[in-house]
Amino acid sequence: MEKLIIAGKEFGSRLFLGTGKFNSNQTMEEAILASGTEMVTVAMKRIELENKEDDMLKHIVHPHIQLLPNTSGVRTAEEAVFAAQMAREAFGTNWLKLEIHPDPRYLLPDSTETLKATEELVKLGFVVLPYCQADPTLCKRLEEAGAATVMPLAAPIGTNKGLQTRDFLRIIIEESNVPVVVDAGIGAPSHAAEAMEMGAAACLVNTAIAVAGNPVEMAVAFKEAVVAGRRAYEAGLGIQAENLEASASSPLTAFLND
Amino acid sequence: MKILVNNKETELTAGNTIADLARQLELPAQGVAVALHNRMVPRAQWEEQILQPGDSLVIIKAACGG
Repeated sequence: MEKLIIAGKEFGSRLFLGTGKFNSNQTMEEAILASGTEMVTVAMKRIELENKEDDMLKHIVHPHIQLLPNTSGVRTAEEAVFAAQMAREAFGTNWLKLEIHPDPRYLLPDSTETLKATEELVKLGFVVLPYCQADPTLCKRLEEAGAATVMPLAAPIGTNKGLQTRDFLRIIIEESNVPVVVDAGIGAPSHAAEAMEMGAAACLVNTAIAVAGNPVEMAVAFKEAVVAGRRAYEAGLGIQAENLEASASSPLTAFLND
Repeated sequence: MKILVNNKETELTAGNTIADLARQLELPAQGVAVALHNRMVPRAQWEEQILQPGDSLVIIKAACGG
């Protein structure tokens, strides 16, 4: 399987994991390790002065894992730049999942602010992975602005609805010169496999693993699905027939009669 | 003197720096960032940055998220 390369860094796994919604940090860590992922997102929050809770960071920091801080909670490009600077200082990485979604109901990314923030953050030396609409024109603009990847959504965050934007994802994958990471809405290993079969460079999964009956087993299932999908893509899928007329895969010469 | 830390009034000795505040709050050595009036202050400048009464700081740390 080809290695994934983002901003010159090589990744052995094409599955990225989010860290939200797990029942415990322990389960989260086990799922991360079981998934084989080498890229894990982390959010930021204000410290509570009286509350010395368990530090989640120690559960995700491993030598093989690239931390991907996100800017969740910001509503504008200006706030995103501030969040990015805080993230770089706190986590010691210039990698950033840029996400600007001002509407809390659908959490859909604001394309104008996302493009503006990408332009500014690239100039400030960040490796920017923007979460974005499955809009081929926007993805081109993000690429031109210097985004390290584009991360179009499959469906709204946390919905588990799968590749609702399938046709647009196909166009984005076809036209993109940077890795296309399908983010948000992937709810089952089959969704991830389909995205990978289409030629996506990677998938980012969170809710589907975190809320599964057994998150660690589900992490393994996603790992295998992503590998299977990528292998299928590299092997070259057979062309789908346009109608339902069969095409024999066994010889049709009769041998029981005549 | 009183300052604001994440919008919460906090008592700090006059003339103290961000580094003093970090010690008072027992901030960890990694995984946190501090902003003074919405401008990030690099850790290397914490010892020099003297705080004034009424200063507003934001201190963040890692949280779970996708």
